[in-house]
Amino acid sequence: MKIENRTELKEYRTECQKRQRAKCRVLICGGTGCLAGGSDKIYQKMLELTKNDGNVSVEFGAEIAHTKVMKSGCHGFCEMGPLVRIEPHNYLYIKVSPDDCEEIYQKTICEGKSIERLLYHMDGQVYASQEEIPFYAKQTRLVLKNCGHIDADHIEGAMVVGAYSALEKALFEMTPESVIDMIYESNLRGRGGAGFRTGRKWKQVASQKEKIRYVVCNGDEGDPGAFMDRSIMEGDPHRMIEGMMIAAYAVQAQEGYIYVRAEYPLAIQRLETAIHQAEEIGILGDHILGTNFSFRLHINRGAGAFVCGEGSALTASIEGKRGMPRVKPPRTVQQGLWAKPTVLNNVETYANVPMIIQNGAEWYLGIGTPESPGTKAFALTGNVRNTGLIEVPMGITLREVIYDIGGGIQNGKKFKAVQIGGPSGGCLTEKQLDSKMDFDSLAKIGAMIGSGGLVIMDENTCMVEVARFFMSFTQRESCGKCVPCREGTKRMLEILERIVAGNGKPTDIDELRELADMIESTALCGLGKSAPKPVISTLNAFAEEYREHIEDKKCKTGVCTNLRQFQIDLDICKGCSKCARNCPAGAIEGELKSPYHINQEKCIKCGACMEQCPFKAISVAR
Amino acid sequence: MLDTSYYEKADEIIARHTREERSLIPIIQDIQEEYRYLPPELLTYVAKQIGITEAKAYSVASFYENFSFEQKGKYVIKVCDGTACHVRKSIPILERLYKELGLNDKKHTSDDLYFTVETVSCLGACGLAPAITVNDVVYPKMSPEKVVDLLKELRGE
Repeated sequence: MKIENRTELKEYRTECQKRQRAKCRVLICGGTGCLAGGSDKIYQKMLELTKNDGNVSVEFGAEIAHTKVMKSGCHGFCEMGPLVRIEPHNYLYIKVSPDDCEEIYQKTICEGKSIERLLYHMDGQVYASQEEIPFYAKQTRLVLKNCGHIDADHIEGAMVVGAYSALEKALFEMTPESVIDMIYESNLRGRGGAGFRTGRKWKQVASQKEKIRYVVCNGDEGDPGAFMDRSIMEGDPHRMIEGMMIAAYAVQAQEGYIYVRAEYPLAIQRLETAIHQAEEIGILGDHILGTNFSFRLHINRGAGAFVCGEGSALTASIEGKRGMPRVKPPRTVQQGLWAKPTVLNNVETYANVPMIIQNGAEWYLGIGTPESPGTKAFALTGNVRNTGLIEVPMGITLREVIYDIGGGIQNGKKFKAVQIGGPSGGCLTEKQLDSKMDFDSLAKIGAMIGSGGLVIMDENTCMVEVARFFMSFTQRESCGKCVPCREGTKRMLEILERIVAGNGKPTDIDELRELADMIESTALCGLGKSAPKPVISTLNAFAEEYREHIEDKKCKTGVCTNLRQFQIDLDICKGCSKCARNCPAGAIEGELKSPYHINQEKCIKCGACMEQCPFKAISVAR
Repeated sequence: MLDTSYYEKADEIIARHTREERSLIPIIQDIQEEYRYLPPELLTYVAKQIGITEAKAYSVASFYENFSFEQKGKYVIKVCDGTACHVRKSIPILERLYKELGLNDKKHTSDDLYFTVETVSCLGACGLAPAITVNDVVYPKMSPEKVVDLLKELRGE
């Protein structure tokens, strides 16, 4: 069935609503996180259980369904998965196992009661509904609104919550120019990292002489520690597709490409399904909804190259070439994919578009800060109590995010730093926790929003090692086209490796700074230019830690194995001699039945003694 | 020279795409999915079929990390070493796998062609750190001990 006009679209929407009117909905999180926790088994089990009930239909599209079991996209509360949400009660059950299903069916679905042990508990309080849980209560979920609440495998669920109504408005009530104007006025800025104004990009593409234009979506979310885009693609694919279509209408493009990294197989599958279903009802294809607007969408799978997140490398990869950035100008808006004018935005940016068109620029400007309006999705991970996907208004402070939403540091440890923006960003410390999170405020303190990864680190994290980790990432992912990045990152990595191995030299810090300066000012693309950032920011904030590694040959956290100092607890040691017999360097001395001791000069830091000790008397000195 | 069945399979895959440069990556991705690696002979063959030089095809295939010219094990284990997994101690898991399977950072596949161990930068399953995948199925919150159990389970099949 193809929808030919507005009236038919309205009818289709009502029809979807009718079909969706189930008394009780069981939403089982089908995001990568919960699937890994076994949500698939829960889904099967719930299907089975509800099937035995004569009144229950589990097939989608059944006319009157009493219960509906659906696989939704990510709810975002990944630490607590697998998650199951029951509507209309809005109970959110955490860490559900297939063994709980029977009880959920009996108590909650049949009797409408909650099961307390499956609800979220924090500091003695029980939270029955999702909305009350502090993790969610402090958030403003606009882009992620439907993630976890709709069936991501079927277009009908999305239609009920208004998918493609912004497209409808754009096609029937607005000109391409007025769409661009609205996005321009809303001051929407690119969520991919740099924060370039989306409306300006679109304007530039629309003003090109060349009439063949492309709309490309960057779903190559390669920053380690970030998964917001994955969750949008998995949980609400139609929102992003709608955003791309509005962009295509605005700049009069005929074809679009979504570039998704290969590590996201579920996102690819959901997008393929979404595109197929949209084509079936005539929302994608020729003469969309009976208008003159035609648009086709393709998916390209990445092949494992971080640099393809850079615009010109991404388009080269779609063309079937090595994904390497090129010198700009010409910019992507002038000569992008196949040298045609191209709108290239990130997943989250497109996902913002429909609600702006729907509610207007004024409304959007009312959220966040004037210079960075709207919300931003972050992946909150690392040593924090509640990890997961969050969405907050721009301008919120880091402290609110880490303590109010994240629930503070895991295992009662002390906060040390937060890494923001992945390999292009920096580490912020306690002192900066009250700074605002928006494009400009973060830039001022040497960090960036980047793609939105927030990795929280506790006191047991070695910052020199973190710097080495990021440098080894960028070094490995450097495409090798320009010398500053190819050679510079390699040299910086060598220095950092030497420092964590205990062979640091007093001149190393100056040398790191000099190399960083050179790479920042001369690398070809944004990835190279920002590569030294994690090193510089840790050098600035944790100079003392670097000094200790280099001069005292000491790593307080015990992370750097070559700098560890093993010690024997004299009170626990029984003098069994097992450690001495197992020490390959003969560094442990003592007499049977009295405590042994380690000769630090001879010790090669292998840790064999600690592994062998039957009394756990050997530990790493702090 | 490979068995003719390989070329027939390649023909079948090529037929699903257009014969032009832009199809190179999708085609060799499909081939790799079929054989768990990219036989070099097939890369040459594909290049010819879609009308690009062998050198060009090789330059592309060797650029992207996902393509492997060497045969991989039945179970491809990817250990995530993204930031979140790294700070929640992913390296001890990798080291344990290396030790158990007699592998190292140069040798990724066990001699019996049963296991391949690789690292990836981020699987996007940061909420479940440290995570690993076995043939694309995510195993959350791993530890060196759990990984040993997992190997046993996989071997038992």
